[in-house]
Amino acid sequence: MKIIVMIKQVPETSEVKMDEHSGTMVREGVESIINPLDLYAIETGIKLKEEYGGQVIAITMGPPKAEKALREALAMGCDEGVLISGKEFAGSDTVATAYVLAQAVKAVGGYDLVLAGERATDGDTGQVGPGVAALLNLPLSTYTSGIVNIDNNKITVERLIEEGYEVLELPLPALLTVVKEISFPRLPTLRGKQRAKKQELQFWTGKSLDLDIGKLGLKGSPTRVVKIEHPKVLRQGKICRVTDEETLVEALDSLEKFLSEKKLIAKEGKV
Amino acid sequence: MSSAKVWTIAETSGRRLKPVSYELPARGRMLADKLGTRLASVVIGDQVDRNDLQELFWRGVDEIYLVTHPELAGFLVENYSNVLIALIKTYRPEIIIAAATTTGRTLMPHVAVRLPAGLTADCTELDIEEETGNLLQTRPAIGGNILATIKTPHHRPQMATVRPKSTKPLPRDESRSGLIHIVKFNPNWIDGRVKKVGMRQIEETGAGIQDTDVVIAGGKGLKKGENFSLLRELAMLLGGVVGASREAVDRGWISYPHQVGLSGKTVTPKLYLAAGISGAIQHLAGMKTAEVIVAVNSDPEAPIFKVADFGIVGDLFTVLPAFISRLKGGKAK
Ligand SMILES: Cc1cc2nc3c(=O)[nH]c(=O)nc-3n(C[C@H](O)[C@H](O)[C@H](O)COP(=O)(O)OP(=O)(O)OC[C@H]3O[C@@H](n4cnc5c(N)ncnc54)[C@H](O)[C@@H]3O)c2cc1C
Ligand SMILES: Nc1ncnc2c1ncn2[C@@H]1O[C@H](COP(=O)(O)O)[C@@H](O)[C@H]1O
Repeated sequence: MKIIVMIKQVPETSEVKMDEHSGTMVREGVESIINPLDLYAIETGIKLKEEYGGQVIAITMGPPKAEKALREALAMGCDEGVLISGKEFAGSDTVATAYVLAQAVKAVGGYDLVLAGERATDGDTGQVGPGVAALLNLPLSTYTSGIVNIDNNKITVERLIEEGYEVLELPLPALLTVVKEISFPRLPTLRGKQRAKKQELQFWTGKSLDLDIGKLGLKGSPTRVVKIEHPKVLRQGKICRVTDEETLVEALDSLEKFLSEKKLIAKEGKV
Repeated sequence: MSSAKVWTIAETSGRRLKPVSYELPARGRMLADKLGTRLASVVIGDQVDRNDLQELFWRGVDEIYLVTHPELAGFLVENYSNVLIALIKTYRPEIIIAAATTTGRTLMPHVAVRLPAGLTADCTELDIEEETGNLLQTRPAIGGNILATIKTPHHRPQMATVRPKSTKPLPRDESRSGLIHIVKFNPNWIDGRVKKVGMRQIEETGAGIQDTDVVIAGGKGLKKGENFSLLRELAMLLGGVVGASREAVDRGWISYPHQVGLSGKTVTPKLYLAAGISGAIQHLAGMKTAEVIVAVNSDPEAPIFKVADFGIVGDLFTVLPAFISRLKGGKAK
């Protein structure tokens, strides 16, 4: 199988700290990582390759430093990396990003499966995967939580939806966006890391692909961010300490009163 | 010809409309009134219950585009995307609001790139910019650390998803009625490649976690899986669903559909009770927008207390059983 995994480089959110006085984000020293949810897509791709043979190609659109994300993907076990980078892509929203990635996937060609994360932890939209599927007219399964079977050019998957697990059968090639439940990402091995360091990547710019300039970057993006606010994350809550029987009763009295004032329970705790 | 320029997308479950279908018109009504236009809901499905359509009118909708056919029973993105695009091209709405459910967040991006149109995911606030009539869409990003306001100045329709439970349906007004446009089915809409071949229910109601008013969540502080029974009991008494931190899920104490946070679900219930959860930034990303947050944790320095409206510093194994017996009316002191 030839599998393409779309990965994005994002700032590591666990390192994003809030300045408690100004309420703004402290970005200094924040490292870039592979979107954590994309690790499940990478793992899924590698597992399928191990089972069915073939190759896994990681592609990303981003600044030159996104090379690091590709090398990490190679270290985990991907076979090739493609970096699509260029000024013309700056300011892309999900529509423009999906367009470029769709053209890149097309340029790679000959694939059986395209995998994406459920969403990226920075933009947090989850729109790029379905967008690429729509543009390439690929059958789509979002929120894919398991692969049941691949047979006869068909893939059977489970997707996690509000009502439970829905089982879909899709002809290949298809595009899946995956959730955490699908796999447990492996750590890169030392040998993998060494191999990844030396391996050549493919660097593509706007010129390498068949692109309509009007659909790129800010120009090709229908949406505009017009304001950024830093909401105050802190709430001034009431705090009760429970150390013994007496403070327990006090705390629960006070909790009951609080919840009934908020109309979350009926008075006196009767529900 | 219709004059409804603001649309909401209803969601069906079998023949019934899902509750979120009645929540979206509350958002849409405000926008339609500000623009001086009518409000329509798009209903796609098979043999949809007529009473539910009436209910849409009672909840503020003026018109319904009804597209029903046995082949449209059950959501498949390829088919629904074809239907919605056909409707958009024929009736040209200005604004479309859908739910930020697995359905809405699959259908809308699929439609958006095909048009192309701008789409803003998971909005917490929607408004109309007075001078231009443009839709102003506000949403949290970067794990909830910023709030971005987004506009789609040059493309129509302007599309957004909003979280279920983030809006109350308008009070039912039984004097209202409306117009149903029965849309003629076009067989070309059926893509036919993807087949739904089954459904496996989740043992527990974890999947309903985004669709409930009350979430009772537990973390590593619960010490073992069996202790989640405390939370289940509390959830039952308060009419809620059990949630969990990643630590609890990764330890196998409870299944993934219950996970709240960055790599789990984002929830916006009226009440979020966190027991034995430290409040790591990735967990907060999934529940910070709850209306009321109550935390029980033995560590007074736990970051969860920074976002809590009511915090109890104490041992959850003391606090929760006592709270449960009170709720049961036991008045155990
Ligand atoms: C990329 C990425 C994605 C992630 N996604 C998520 C996600 O989606 N959801 C998520 O939750 N986490 C996520 N995490 C993990 C997150 O960083 C934390 O590790 C996790 O939330 C901690 O879970 P916890 O609060 O249950 O455990 P801990 O942080 O260990 O906290 C346990 C708490 O229980 C308290 N406690 C212990 N005993 C008692 C007692 N008897 N009574 C009362 N309190 C007690 C302790 O004081 C402590 O505060 C993610 C991390 C990364 C890097
Ligand atoms: N710039 C990008 N390059 C490669 N893949 C991307 C990019 N942006 C998004 N993706 C993929 O699309 C998924 C959803 O991203 P998003 O729509 O931004 O939340 C990610 O998990 C990636 O798999």
